[in-house]
Amino acid sequence: MALKGWKELPIGGVIDEPGKSREFKTGNWRVLRPVVNLDKCTHCMLCWLYCPDMAIEITVNEKGKPQMLGFNYDYCKGCGLCADVCPVHVIDMKPETEFLKD
Amino acid sequence: MLTNIDLKKAQAVTGAEAVANAMRQIEPHVVAAYPITPQTPIVEYFAKFVADGVVRTEMIPVESEHSAMSAVVGAASAGARAMTATSANGLALMHEIVYIAASLRLPIVMPVVNRALSGPINIHCDHSDAMAERDSGWIQLYAESNQEAYDLTILAVKLAENENVRLPVMVNLDGFIISHGVEPVEFLPDEKVKEFIGELKPVYPLLDTEHPVTYGPLDLYDYYFEHKRQQIEAMRYARKVFPKVAEEFYAISGRKYDFVEPYRMEDAEYVMVALGSTNSTIKYVVDWMREEGHKVGLLKIWMFRPFPKEQVQQYLNGRKAVVVLDRSTSFGAEAPLYEAVKSALYEASARPQMGSYVYGLGGRDILPEHIRQAFEDAIEGNLLADEQRYLGLRE
Repeated sequence: MALKGWKELPIGGVIDEPGKSREFKTGNWRVLRPVVNLDKCTHCMLCWLYCPDMAIEITVNEKGKPQMLGFNYDYCKGCGLCADVCPVHVIDMKPETEFLKD
Repeated sequence: MLTNIDLKKAQAVTGAEAVANAMRQIEPHVVAAYPITPQTPIVEYFAKFVADGVVRTEMIPVESEHSAMSAVVGAASAGARAMTATSANGLALMHEIVYIAASLRLPIVMPVVNRALSGPINIHCDHSDAMAERDSGWIQLYAESNQEAYDLTILAVKLAENENVRLPVMVNLDGFIISHGVEPVEFLPDEKVKEFIGELKPVYPLLDTEHPVTYGPLDLYDYYFEHKRQQIEAMRYARKVFPKVAEEFYAISGRKYDFVEPYRMEDAEYVMVALGSTNSTIKYVVDWMREEGHKVGLLKIWMFRPFPKEQVQQYLNGRKAVVVLDRSTSFGAEAPLYEAVKSALYEASARPQMGSYVYGLGGRDILPEHIRQAFEDAIEGNLLADEQRYLGLRE
């Protein structure tokens, strides 16, 4: 998102459109990145329940069961709660520096 | 300014009553206030107007000045015309929200009845309260008389609400001297005031639920700087818009306001600069010394923020000496008005000699003899730009 200059911004620090926080990608605060091994994931949804943001991406399959898909890295701040609560320990917190080449 | 008052139409009132009547005529949607000496009578008079049904204003008696300014900020954000009034420690308690009101660009008008800040505790006049808010982003006007306090309160509404300004305004009036002193004041007809200020055109009103907005979100290193730059620009606009607003006020009142008021300045070689009610005493001394043939004059400052640098330069460039009177001090630096005037004259082609005189702290009387002494220092060439002197202080 390109940052606006002072002549283009609404005065007083007012946000003049609702829902604009979606455009504010807070994921770049992250130091540790959660990575899930979906082969071993039991789709228990504890990570989805505990995530303080809404950064766990899920879907619901044909049988009506929720499925863990991965993470929304635009908003995941890397707090590590998901890894901490995962009962089967399949979420690893990896330093962002390992992904710098990407 | 008294010369422009039609005494047959004038009423003898205190400055507080004059300001309360300006507020009655403005009829803000919301007034939130907490009483503090010497602002109290403004709020008392206004509360009576509310109780008697003279105005439809929603009056909120809050539990502190911090809450008063907060309530007024809330009301103004909602899209209301909102006012409050305070003094000294009340203003200091508001400080956090005073800065926020300007930052949110809310056109709040607040009469400030100038009183010394504690401590030690003191209820009398000086300008330390307003000077502590000098850099808060509010426009600051200073009244010399009851009439000016009334006029400037009305004028301030139009200045604050200008679409390119959108800044809050403090109307400063000297505690007790103006607020409790009785003088003739010529009131404008109610409908003329209402017509002059017009309807408030809110910008981003919170109550417009069709267009939801957010006030006061977190504003970090990526945007805060830009918002401060906008406030700087708004002050520039205030300087641009003020003469037009003053012109329109002149059309309805016959009383002319400007950034500064020059008094007997045409051929003046020795000029005094001051804020507030002391200007009346200086005018008296100027007349007295003029009778004796001294070329003395006065440059009264009506608008202190934004500071009218151009006008100060224009009037003071080439004078023999300039004496600046401050009713406040800046511990460890030059007094606020002196600093501003001296800084403005750095760019002058013919810099006058300069002298700084601090007077009247905590309500200490300023006498014609004190003012004369400062003028005599200037005439005798006995001024030092780097020396702060004191009028009426015991050694």
